[in-house]
Amino acid sequence: MSNLPLISWRPLSLRADISRFSAPSLLWVGSKASALVFPALLLVLWQVAVNRHWVSAQILPPPSLVLESLLQLWHSGDLWRELSISLERVLIGFVLGSAAGLLLGIGMGLSRTLEAYVLPSFQAISQVPVLGWIPLLMMLVGIDESLKYLVIAKAVMVPITLNALAGIRNIPKGYLEVAQVYQLGLAQRLRRVILPAALPSLFTGVRFALTKGWIALVTVELLASSEGIGYLMVDGRQMFQLDLVIVGMLVIGVVGLLLDQGLAWVEMRLQRWQRPAF
Amino acid sequence: MALLSLISRYDWRGWVLPLALLLVWTLSTAFDWVDTRLLASPLAVLSAFSKAALSGELWVDLSASLIRNLNGFALGVLAGLLFGGLLGLSRQAEHWIGPTFHALKQIALFAWIPLLSAWFGFGEPAKVTFIALAVFYPVALNTFEGIRSVRRELYEVAQVLRLSPLQRLRYLVLPSAAPALFTGLHLGLIYAWLATLGAEYFFSAAPGIGNSMIDGREHFHMDQVLYGLMVVGAVGLLLNRLAQSLERRLLRWRDHR
Repeated sequence: MSNLPLISWRPLSLRADISRFSAPSLLWVGSKASALVFPALLLVLWQVAVNRHWVSAQILPPPSLVLESLLQLWHSGDLWRELSISLERVLIGFVLGSAAGLLLGIGMGLSRTLEAYVLPSFQAISQVPVLGWIPLLMMLVGIDESLKYLVIAKAVMVPITLNALAGIRNIPKGYLEVAQVYQLGLAQRLRRVILPAALPSLFTGVRFALTKGWIALVTVELLASSEGIGYLMVDGRQMFQLDLVIVGMLVIGVVGLLLDQGLAWVEMRLQRWQRPAF
Repeated sequence: MALLSLISRYDWRGWVLPLALLLVWTLSTAFDWVDTRLLASPLAVLSAFSKAALSGELWVDLSASLIRNLNGFALGVLAGLLFGGLLGLSRQAEHWIGPTFHALKQIALFAWIPLLSAWFGFGEPAKVTFIALAVFYPVALNTFEGIRSVRRELYEVAQVLRLSPLQRLRYLVLPSAAPALFTGLHLGLIYAWLATLGAEYFFSAAPGIGNSMIDGREHFHMDQVLYGLMVVGAVGLLLNRLAQSLERRLLRWRDHR
């Protein structure tokens, strides 16, 4: 009984090692491809269900129709027009929000006094989700572009502020002491010590913030807009063209993914100098 | 004495900004520097709040929202635990369904609303489904990751001890996965409240705190919007605190190892 576990234990771990390290690339490709089997089956089932009239095409537009609408929107340029409107909103809101967030976060990071005065209010405000602020903002600024910028900026500002603050707070004391010894001025301290040391945390905040901003844009466009990718979906819903709605969902998902992955790539490049030697 | 030192050591500086804001707000409405139809005075917000609380309107709205919230939360947790558990316990399931799940996760939550409204209408079923969907993702994801965090050595010990599947779940999987599970539930609770608010904005009118805010905006009752905002914030804060203290209490055994 006592040696039984040993026997069953060894081959098990060996097998795991073999499959991990000597798997030929063909197998790897095969396993990646088989991940597509389930969604492919799902799509086929979906298409068949509509073709056989198990469900009405109005309730569940078949994949072929969704693809057709996507291509049509793509070729007519409509998709790109709506998307560029949405992206522009995100960009402006993002720039506004990250500028405010950086100022606030770095300011609080540098001064404990400022932090003591501002942070509690900041946290109280950020506790209420963006969605809660929308009715109030609608009353204050109307439902024009400025509403979209403000909503996106608020969504973006919170993670950037908090990450900038955390990034600066987590700088090893030694760095700051060295800066003090060299009697660096504030600008030099920021440029040579604080920003480089806080950069990884800051960038995590930026990446997170962009995702948040994109989600906030979708929300606000669904709620109050007459153009943009969210409006495309609202319009499709009102005319009961669910294929348009699904195209919108696909585009939102893909753009969100691209934004995040794009920033991940930039993050990797920017921080290459930081790679540890060993 | 202890109380006095507590009061003197408390950092009051955090109150300066809100109080200053309140002062400016009060003064600007009292002296008509701004249009009071546009910016209700703090007193008006307070009286709107007490009126709603006394007439019972607030409790009707609040309880409707909370019941909706809980229904969606329960449904989403159930689905998330089952799905995340399946994905975590079975490599096969992860292999076949996992990529689809991760791809669908990319779609922003609110982007589901037009489709859900087409499938479930604008009534209560659609709202609860939407809340459940919001809860489903974080719970499923964290359940999956929690189960995957069970260490192989421990699993092998369970094999050696020939624990039955049920015993394995009870003595191995659940304790190891507990922190991640709670993270998922906690996130789910936050998302549920957000989704409750969203559901009340987007779907048809029914009693609810989000709905009363939308009403207030439409009829230009700034006081109603503002007290709604405060109630929403307070409930969110309470739910968050509740989850935190429950989590701490239920995971206390982990500190005594």
